[in-house]
Amino acid sequence: MATNLEIVSPERLLLSRPVDMVVIPASEGDMGVLEGHTPMIVMLRGGTIDLYDGDKVTDRLFVDGGFAEVTPERCTVLANHAIPLVEINKADAERRLAEAEAAYEAADKRDTAVEDAALDRLQSARAMVEAVS
Amino acid sequence: MPSLKALRTRINSVKSTQKITSAMKMVAASKLRRAQQQAEAARPYAERMDRMLRALAASVAGSPTAPPLLVGTGQDKTHLLIAVTADRGLAGAFNASIGRATRNLARRLEAEGKTVKIITVGRKGRDYLRRELSSRLVDDISLAGKRRVEFSEAQEIGNRVTSMLAAGEIDVATLIYNRFQSVIAQVVTEQQIIPAPPPPEGDTVDTGGAMYDFEPDEETILSRLLPQALAVQVFRALLESAAGEHGARMTAMDNATRNAGDMIKRLTLNYNRARQANITKELIEIISGAEAV
Repeated sequence: MATNLEIVSPERLLLSRPVDMVVIPASEGDMGVLEGHTPMIVMLRGGTIDLYDGDKVTDRLFVDGGFAEVTPERCTVLANHAIPLVEINKADAERRLAEAEAAYEAADKRDTAVEDAALDRLQSARAMVEAVS
Repeated sequence: MPSLKALRTRINSVKSTQKITSAMKMVAASKLRRAQQQAEAARPYAERMDRMLRALAASVAGSPTAPPLLVGTGQDKTHLLIAVTADRGLAGAFNASIGRATRNLARRLEAEGKTVKIITVGRKGRDYLRRELSSRLVDDISLAGKRRVEFSEAQEIGNRVTSMLAAGEIDVATLIYNRFQSVIAQVVTEQQIIPAPPPPEGDTVDTGGAMYDFEPDEETILSRLLPQALAVQVFRALLESAAGEHGARMTAMDNATRNAGDMIKRLTLNYNRARQANITKELIEIISGAEAV
């Protein structure tokens, strides 16, 4: 009873192994994926991916958004960056948040694409700070 | 007949050139290995991205609001050519063949009455095309001094193309790069990236027989996924080109080392001949001197 989880970044395959359950930060709320899940393609927001083995969380990774493909047998996460939570330093996360806030303030609000991108970055940085604190 | 001294200097200079070319070959070989590994590592993402994209494209197919990144602007007037070359030379015909292919394509499109815009990636391509097609160059991107290709660079190029498309500055975009086939063969490839080329016939998506659910909805996901997919294509071209560059340089330097070896052999033969001739001449002088007494 396991679903095959793969986490891939454009530069390499980061993780590939069977897990009992994985919780991914989908754009409209966290989503638990077990074996036999209905096929879905979802967008991810910045947040943490929790890997479960039985009832215990074995690994927690931070992703800064991306996409996931879920099928009954597997769950594939496409993310630009995925970092194990333990490797994130709180000060770094706070600095990123400050940078993202500044970038959002400076962004051209008339251009929705630019504003959305800045907003995404801001939300992802916020999620990162929350994840470490 | 050059003097002995001149020959000796010549041999020494060819020898040191040979040392340099053979060192460059070694460096290229190790960089090639790294570039190949990187290209290998990037493959899973591209494959999975492709799979998702096809599932999405199939589900929005025929919709009138399909995004321009997927179907183009419906026009075919302004072409953007992205020529990917290296930042350094001494790699055989690597850079020149891209320059030539770009020039030919640009001329052909212009003969058909289309407008051509060119973005060059890499310093050599810029230098080559600036001589002849400078009025069509809109931007040049240099990756000089980078040890490896970063995805963020591909993303920047992708964003640039997307914004040009959104502003109505271009209708079609094509990547021209050297595809790495083997160490000795790099194939100049013209790959259309906008509008996205249709998947090959008879190539069906394996969705496990089920249709996907989408969250939030197909179009929102597609509008995010397409720029990313574009960046992935650019990234792949950059990686192929990087591997090809090192392969081409390795071959070129291998040839150069061999040529230098041949030259040293020939020069050494001449040198020995001249030396022997000198000795013979001196002997004759001594003997005829002794006979005259």
